[in-house]
Amino acid sequence: MEEDIQFIQGNEAVALGALYAGLGFYAGYPITPSTEIAEILAERLPEQGAAFVQMEDEISSMCAIIGASLTGLKVMTATSGPGFSLMQEAIGYAVMAEVPSVVVNMQRGGPSTGLPTSVAQGDVMQARWGTHGDHSIVALTASNLQDAFEITVQGFNLAETYRTPVVLLFDEVLAHMREKVVIPAPGELEVVERLRTSVPKGTNYHPYLAREDGRLPMSDFGGKHRYNVTGLVHDMWGFPSTDPRVAYDLLHHLVDKLENRADAIAHYKEYYLEDAENLLIAYGSPARSALHLVEERRNRGAKIGLLELQSLWPFPRRTVRKKCEGRSHVLVVEMNRGQICQEVVKAVSNPERVYLSNRFDGIFISPQDILQTLNVIGGKGV
Amino acid sequence: MVREYIRQRFFPHLWCAGCGHGTVMTGMIRAIERLGLEKNEIVIVSGIGCSSRMSGYLDFHTMHTIHGRAIAFATGVKMGRPDLKVIVPMGDGDALAIGGNHLIHAARRNLDLTAIIMNNRIYGMTGGQFSPMTPFGERGTTAPFGSIDHAFDIVEVAKGAGAAFVARTTTYHVQEISRFIAKAIQHKGFSVVEVMSQCPTYYGRKNKLGSAVDMLESYRNGTAPLGSKKASENPDIIERGIFVEEERPEYSGEYSVLVERCRGLGQDGRR
Repeated sequence: MEEDIQFIQGNEAVALGALYAGLGFYAGYPITPSTEIAEILAERLPEQGAAFVQMEDEISSMCAIIGASLTGLKVMTATSGPGFSLMQEAIGYAVMAEVPSVVVNMQRGGPSTGLPTSVAQGDVMQARWGTHGDHSIVALTASNLQDAFEITVQGFNLAETYRTPVVLLFDEVLAHMREKVVIPAPGELEVVERLRTSVPKGTNYHPYLAREDGRLPMSDFGGKHRYNVTGLVHDMWGFPSTDPRVAYDLLHHLVDKLENRADAIAHYKEYYLEDAENLLIAYGSPARSALHLVEERRNRGAKIGLLELQSLWPFPRRTVRKKCEGRSHVLVVEMNRGQICQEVVKAVSNPERVYLSNRFDGIFISPQDILQTLNVIGGKGV
Repeated sequence: MVREYIRQRFFPHLWCAGCGHGTVMTGMIRAIERLGLEKNEIVIVSGIGCSSRMSGYLDFHTMHTIHGRAIAFATGVKMGRPDLKVIVPMGDGDALAIGGNHLIHAARRNLDLTAIIMNNRIYGMTGGQFSPMTPFGERGTTAPFGSIDHAFDIVEVAKGAGAAFVARTTTYHVQEISRFIAKAIQHKGFSVVEVMSQCPTYYGRKNKLGSAVDMLESYRNGTAPLGSKKASENPDIIERGIFVEEERPEYSGEYSVLVERCRGLGQDGRR
């Protein structure tokens, strides 16, 4: 079979990845720089018999996808900074009620309206802690469009496997650049389907009773089992409870199901790590500049490598610690004031060797920018 | 009869003595029974507030969501499974303050949802603050000197936003509750049923309206059928009845037409 090679925009790669994963419902509200995702899906979903709804705001968009997910569909919404802020309460509901859902945040400059058409990565901590209360969440990213396609499919897989909202934390550069993507043939990438209960009709089904492997099989609304879903602390029936034991167990479950598997579900790529004295850690589009610099320096004989993180949350702490072991310097490259840098500092055994190379002025960080920081660290001056 | 439709394991309910919401729930169950609907074809989506706890007590597919957003969640449920009957019980604060935007846009879209708004003119769950339905001059804990806000008229809001079915009644008029809700569920399009529901604990006490029975009596005396002589003679009388009942293109139906149209299109976007 001939390969399906396309030259497309980042937003389109994400939309196509979602369709590949089996997207069955999309709700959203226009916002730069993610609007193209909605435009593409408005055209593509109806022909597949799946619904596209343009809602009145981002709050209702997030709520609508949660409702649709409970009818058994794979669901997604896409937005950027301000819209992501509006979605936070409903994202917390998806965490609490354990509803599989995918949220794309094409990051732009912030806070507030910020720099709508410029790149930034300032929402990393918001993705982690944007909704109130103790919880855990999944956030993934990518630096090129082939990976963005595959990470989008992965996002749906993790949402279904762990019954959790998944944030696809891309950025404006990735959203708007164009690149070659080889669309995988059906079956080439693994697609995780929803785990539905095998409990027969007429027998008690407990929507929040985990199996031995920790997974919670679902039952579609309109299907054979009737049950309650709530954002309140709830028991295995999904009914509200104020029992401290129930609250304790639920909070443990919601956090542990992801944090205890952080390194197992971690996605990352490594380049020239084996003998690297200096290690760059980057994620999202800045990883392109980091890789460029690493390859350019390698050509000149420098022992330098790159660890590209694709999963940010839960933070793969043990993996990062291991990869940083024995390096002279660890340089975190990101487009914010050091949000992942702080996580790296917490993870490694030699935090004094961790440095930050960043930009947060709306201009994409260049290999030259990173090199300047490296030179400063190496005592070579600017 | 009613027992068949409730989750007895989760009773007693949390509503105060004299609260009107149980009457509305019973009226809704009678409407569903009257229509002969299967329990598996009904989804209840509620928000936050006293009335929103109704979802947990009912033996349907039930979803108790976040404050003000029940209609938005319900939109996803309905578009995911257009064959299901989706009923959205809400309070007046839930539906018209924090959730006002979703109410008017669902009405504009004319999505086939049944919104039941229990209007007790107060925030009950949080202890008696004035709501967008508290009339000018009336009291709540956050309007200790009388509210200087003006209240909405739910019927007028729903009509103005384009709801295809709009009705109003009270908890005194129990037959009307089930009759109107049954019609609203059957109506293909966005339906709004306002049920004036007494809150003797907060609204009644703050405004010296007496017991639940006194408040029910005021519903009897202070309302009249739409277009009746009593209503036309006295502007203070609140009218009850079906204000709008119109056939309009319904959103989920229109979407399936769109799907058929797209499937008939060629690759160039033309038929």
